[in-house]
Amino acid sequence: MTEQHRYLPTTEQDRKEMLETIGVSSIKDLFSDIPESTRATKNKAIELEEALSEQALTTYMKQLAGKNTTTDTHAYFLGAGVYDHYVPSIVNHVLLRSEFMTAYTPYQPEASQGELQALFEFQSMMCELTGMDVANSSLYDGFTSLGEACNLATSVTKKQQVLYSKGMHPQAKEVLKTYAYGMEYQVSEAPLENQVTDLNWLKENINEETAAVIIQYPNFFGNVEDLRAVKDLLADSKALLIVMANPLALALLESPGKLGADIVVGDTQPIGLPMSYGGPHCGYFAVRKQYMRKVPSRIVGQTVDSDGKRGFVMTLQTREQHIRREKATSNMSSNQALTALGTSVFLAAVGKQGLQDMAQQSVNHAHYVKHKLAEKGVTVLSNDSVFHEFVVQLSKPVSEVNDRLLEKGFVGGYDVSKEWGADNATLICVTEKRTIEEMNSFVEALAEEENR
Amino acid sequence: MTVTYDHLLFEISKKGRRAYSLPESSVEKTELASVLPSHLLREEPAELPELSELQVMRHYTGLSNKNFGIETGFYPLGSCTMKYNPKINEDIARYSGFANIHPLQPEKSAQGALQLMHQLENSLKEVTGMDAISLQPAAGAQGEWAGLLIFKAYHEANGEGDQRRKILVPDSAHGTNPASAVVAGYDVVEIKSNEDGRVGVDALKAAVGPDTAGLMLTNPNTLGLFEVDIVEIAEIVHEAGGLLYYDGANANAILGKSTPGEMGFDVVHLNLHKTFSTPHGGGGPGSGPIGVKAYLTDFMPSPRIEKDGDYYKLTDNHPQSIGRVKGYYGNFGVNVRAYSYIRTMGAEGLQQVSEDAVLHANYLRARLSPYYDTPFSSHCKHEFVLSGNRQKKLGVRTADIAKRLLDYGFYSPTVYFPLIVDEALMIEPTETEAKETLDAFADALIEIAKDAETNPELVTGAPHTKAVKRLDEVTAARKPIVIYQKAHDNS
Repeated sequence: MTEQHRYLPTTEQDRKEMLETIGVSSIKDLFSDIPESTRATKNKAIELEEALSEQALTTYMKQLAGKNTTTDTHAYFLGAGVYDHYVPSIVNHVLLRSEFMTAYTPYQPEASQGELQALFEFQSMMCELTGMDVANSSLYDGFTSLGEACNLATSVTKKQQVLYSKGMHPQAKEVLKTYAYGMEYQVSEAPLENQVTDLNWLKENINEETAAVIIQYPNFFGNVEDLRAVKDLLADSKALLIVMANPLALALLESPGKLGADIVVGDTQPIGLPMSYGGPHCGYFAVRKQYMRKVPSRIVGQTVDSDGKRGFVMTLQTREQHIRREKATSNMSSNQALTALGTSVFLAAVGKQGLQDMAQQSVNHAHYVKHKLAEKGVTVLSNDSVFHEFVVQLSKPVSEVNDRLLEKGFVGGYDVSKEWGADNATLICVTEKRTIEEMNSFVEALAEEENR
Repeated sequence: MTVTYDHLLFEISKKGRRAYSLPESSVEKTELASVLPSHLLREEPAELPELSELQVMRHYTGLSNKNFGIETGFYPLGSCTMKYNPKINEDIARYSGFANIHPLQPEKSAQGALQLMHQLENSLKEVTGMDAISLQPAAGAQGEWAGLLIFKAYHEANGEGDQRRKILVPDSAHGTNPASAVVAGYDVVEIKSNEDGRVGVDALKAAVGPDTAGLMLTNPNTLGLFEVDIVEIAEIVHEAGGLLYYDGANANAILGKSTPGEMGFDVVHLNLHKTFSTPHGGGGPGSGPIGVKAYLTDFMPSPRIEKDGDYYKLTDNHPQSIGRVKGYYGNFGVNVRAYSYIRTMGAEGLQQVSEDAVLHANYLRARLSPYYDTPFSSHCKHEFVLSGNRQKKLGVRTADIAKRLLDYGFYSPTVYFPLIVDEALMIEPTETEAKETLDAFADALIEIAKDAETNPELVTGAPHTKAVKRLDEVTAARKPIVIYQKAHDNS
């Protein structure tokens, strides 16, 4: 290189001294074991754009970022699994502390106590919310957590049939099918009846081959499912009840644990994480105690040091791939530790009351917009038992309406025509962040579209 | 004794405190009790902590002071590539146009994001020598799993799905390799390394057959050694009808020097949190894009990004695709950082990265080999493995050496891995460390080797300077306490 790069401290003089100690004359000697035929030579050398200075880089990246519509430019009425919620500024400040951000998996617990304790607190708070006994320290996202839950269920029950509700997120279904393709079990969809999972269908279809029943809570369309009624259907079955829950909703809804869930999974994006075009978010995974030794990925446990002082370590590691290899309960290695920390800081900041307030305000706003739309003559398909999302039927294609909403400063709902089974159906979400002005003008704009 | 912060969130909580202010709202309350059956409403609120904003900050600052990151000091964790994580990339990932966009917002309102992803894919094609990239996998292990599902779909498409049920994995492989094969539905066959620490061509020939779905390989391998017979290995596997999977955990050694594509691999993953400098976050989030040769493109995860003139779009009409492996489009925020890094380095810079990474590893190896057993004689690539066997005879284990290094202000290397080396210490210095740091680290390990002879208790009793002493991991596993237990006298 002609110029010393700011990330590379090694000088020509350093190189000379190091080569001497190694006992070779040039750097080429250290690459001589790469077979000639596989070398990146002149004609097949990698080609990338010229390196940019810091200033040129930020100019360029700002230009790319500037092409995107954001929550700073538009009011979002889009949810469908990823939500525009308030995140206190301190969350980001904690995540930027390099002691957390630039560490890796805490293989040496004595030098990683801070992160281990923070993850222990994360596990504790996720158990509080879900009503479960044991939570791990995160997985990639809510959908992969669901896939891991089904792998666990088929493994402990030794049964090969998984029933999932039609009221699941469409991408959750897709990821689930990929997991099932890997581990070679079958999945079938339970239909909806009156906007929630059809209990009669479940009753008829749960049998001795059923490994698990999966319910989303609230479901994809916003309706709150009766988990207890589902659990009752499993009374004579070995099948596990897997619940995929929005953790924010658990501030107000009864915990899945209390209603009989065996595994609770989901994504903590609504509680403390930026939408970030779909990732990195953070999957959580919580179980009843009897499945503790089957849980995928890292679990932090409390212990003592040689002086008897409290400390934290990664525990039950014999479940994991780096110890058990092909006998591990999952292949998970890197998880989402930093985003789990983000959720922890968020929960510490909003606390017991704040989480309830935020959930309640979202509910208030969604129901307000829902009623206002109905008043304006817009066809609302959802009934009243929704949390902060509901389905509306438009008189023209959703994408067409969304395009015009975009021009008016709104990001409209998610097209669920296929999932709901009705033309021009859109899923609208309203969070605590939407101001009364935004809500009223959104209602106006949508009503105007309908009356065009 | 140093006083360190020692409280759990729950222990400093007091009813009525708060560290938040919600947006104002004049909207009337909707009573969920009026629209839902009462048993679906929470009876007891979740016991979350109640703290002021300063208390929260002081808590996490207290914890961060008990945590070691790359900016704290040298972090030579083998196979993890703990290089500097550029600060500017943190700024960029937080631009509103990247952080505050919704994955399902209209395509035309996210063109900048899609363009970035498309350009990152193109860059990774160059670096890997592959024909198509998917950014969807969230980390290396997920990339492995997705890649093996592509193997599976490919063999099925050829009518050989039932026949090819075995994945070959060298005994030096990362633990994720065999574990990923199992969750992709495969049986694992372990290939023994030869005395040079590499895949033995004869052992491989004996193992392949009509039941072979493929071979997973890291190159350079986990011993830091380049698989010099790679061309022949690829031929043997392909000849038998199998495919080759490249575990990219060690790609930091070969940037601009070789590509998995040239080596004959059919599917690869890269760990963007390793080679491409994105922060490891204490265990994630990572990003594990996969790349495939052209004839496997149809099996890639869906959706994919396509460029149509100047317009970028997502397509999901891929009937042979293995499907979706993760929500949305992968860990986008991580990919933004990795792309920023690639644009900062350029091709020449990336080649310099590998040259310096390999130089640093060989330099440390040369300095340490008089004091520790070096099981393999050849030069290494970006990492190398020492054995603590000599010290073990003196009653000092590799675990002790690792803990003693913490007292010197270093993190420990990866220990007891790869499994084929007794008392292994796997050291990866990376290119971003200065020679002075490498020398200080070598001096420390040499001193520890001497102490093992003259003052072994100093080593076996380590660490002496951390917030806690040696932790009891056995009891932690036997009597697991995995969530906060409220002290009885407090309740």
